[in-house]
Amino acid sequence: MSDKPSANVKPVFAIAEVAIQPEQRWRDTIRLFCANRAALFGLVAVAVFVFVGLFGPVIFPADPFDPVAAPLSAPGEYTLLGTDYLGRDVFLGIIHGTRPTLLIAAIATLVTVLIGITLGSVAGYFGGVIDNVLMRITEFFQVLPPLVFAMVIVAVFSSDMVVVVLAIAVTTWTTEARLTRAEFLKIREREFVTSSRAMGAGNLRIISRVILPNAMPPLIVAITLRVGITIIYEAALSFLGLTDPDVMTWGKMIGLSRDFFFDAWWTVTFPGVAILVVVLCIALIGDGLNDAFNPKLRGR
Amino acid sequence: MKGAFLQRIMLGAVLVVAVIVLNFLLLQAAPGDVVDSMLAEGGGGDPKLAAQLRESYGLDQPIYIQLFKYLGRVLSGDLGFSFYYDETVAELIVNALPTTLMLTLSALVVAVVMGTLFGIYSAMNPRGLFSHFVTVFSLFGYATPVFWLGMIILLVFALHLPWFPAFGIRSIPEPDGLLNRTLDILQHLVLPVFTLAILYLASYSRISRASMLDVLGADYIRTARTKGMSEFVVIFKHALKNAALPVVTLAGLQLGQIFSGAVLVETVFSLPGVGPLLYESIVRRDYPVILGVLFGAATTTIVANIITDLLYKKMDPRIQSIT
Repeated sequence: MSDKPSANVKPVFAIAEVAIQPEQRWRDTIRLFCANRAALFGLVAVAVFVFVGLFGPVIFPADPFDPVAAPLSAPGEYTLLGTDYLGRDVFLGIIHGTRPTLLIAAIATLVTVLIGITLGSVAGYFGGVIDNVLMRITEFFQVLPPLVFAMVIVAVFSSDMVVVVLAIAVTTWTTEARLTRAEFLKIREREFVTSSRAMGAGNLRIISRVILPNAMPPLIVAITLRVGITIIYEAALSFLGLTDPDVMTWGKMIGLSRDFFFDAWWTVTFPGVAILVVVLCIALIGDGLNDAFNPKLRGR
Repeated sequence: MKGAFLQRIMLGAVLVVAVIVLNFLLLQAAPGDVVDSMLAEGGGGDPKLAAQLRESYGLDQPIYIQLFKYLGRVLSGDLGFSFYYDETVAELIVNALPTTLMLTLSALVVAVVMGTLFGIYSAMNPRGLFSHFVTVFSLFGYATPVFWLGMIILLVFALHLPWFPAFGIRSIPEPDGLLNRTLDILQHLVLPVFTLAILYLASYSRISRASMLDVLGADYIRTARTKGMSEFVVIFKHALKNAALPVVTLAGLQLGQIFSGAVLVETVFSLPGVGPLLYESIVRRDYPVILGVLFGAATTTIVANIITDLLYKKMDPRIQSIT
């Protein structure tokens, strides 16, 4: 008799969770996303970039830091996309730069999002004093111009990749925190939250298993767009020469050729086009997700 | 209203103090102190002299006393002395700030005004060619690195079509007369301002179009139309105010970002602003200047945020207090 109530409660809990997270909606979202040709194109193109990042250095194993031809030779003269002021192959640089560029952006985005979602959900869920304190901290971080703050962090500590990733995360998490908080404030008063609390779910469970899944749609769109922003952000730091000098990234290629680009447009144009294309494709994915999550708002 | 304003100022003051504390902590984390750099200049390290100097600079005192002294110094406008230049940090920043502010504010005005106009125009024909153009344009605005755009614009409009000067803020030698000098500076500013403005212009067009589409469907617009008002009056007198609000909000929120963009644009166009000062100080590990720039940038943002809030309240009387 004693285990009967718990046996009764369990399925109710399960049903409640299924109701909160209707699979139908996710299926609809995926269907709508796949119907969006631009978004699918973006997805395929990003997959190609990831492939190049993974296997490019295997297919073209030459060291991108080695000179291969005369300095500042035009595209097609010796190499496909020309050479820079030390005779390094621009094409090889782009291929080898893909992996670090994408990897740093992915890790930095992950750290940013983890900080943002954690602080945002705690602030939004508990409210009151906790919310107040966390929001004041958020405001403080918002008045520090991101790039300037990141430059200072790198200058004070080091241009190690770990520091660069942390600098990017520390200076940008506020957007995700605010968004998560806003979603939590909206959702926490809903009935299914009250009912799971009545069923004895703890705070951690309610935050992570009940509210967060329902807050995900706008967050997923924001995270997708964040990856693109982070790629550009990291490129800016590399452009200024503030990242690891031994790692070739697209931003660094542009920065290294800064004093020579009037004589050799190709040295800065092609790495920049690589950044532009990959971020553009990420934007297409983000737009597609946004339309798929909010079919009513299409075209805005 | 008065109370809310005072509260806003107080909050700003607290933020300024917090920035100073952060600066102090970063200064503590930075390798070496003032004495190290002074001794390095002299070429030698006499430990006795170092101890004496540390004592005279108060560096041997407990850390919280140092913090309070630092706080007091910064609040009275003393940001320290540059390790490299023969000037105080405050002087260096005050000399560099006008260029940066001129660039940032001009870009902001261009982006907000043109973005709102683009948004209005495309909202009037939501299925038109221009509307699609705004969508594509805003995608590119999101995806283009500002420093790269600056270089491409330089290649096109300074190298291939030599319409604008490429580098610096004024010609050498400077032209005679105040008018010619002003024109010269303006000419140097055209490309950097547009580089910075284009990216924000793109996102503002999109946002103002979305809010304009919302507003144009509202009842009071239909009322205005049925009263027989011209489309021009309906759009610019009734709808514009509401459609511009999100743009102003966003611009206010993005001030820090725009400032960061200005730092990059200045580096590309060699404008003598805060950007190159910060960059060169980082290369030279000139920590007082680096942290001074962070303080200056943050304070500027705090002040600008307060101004945006006030502007926002003026534009939307429904909002009484912003927390």
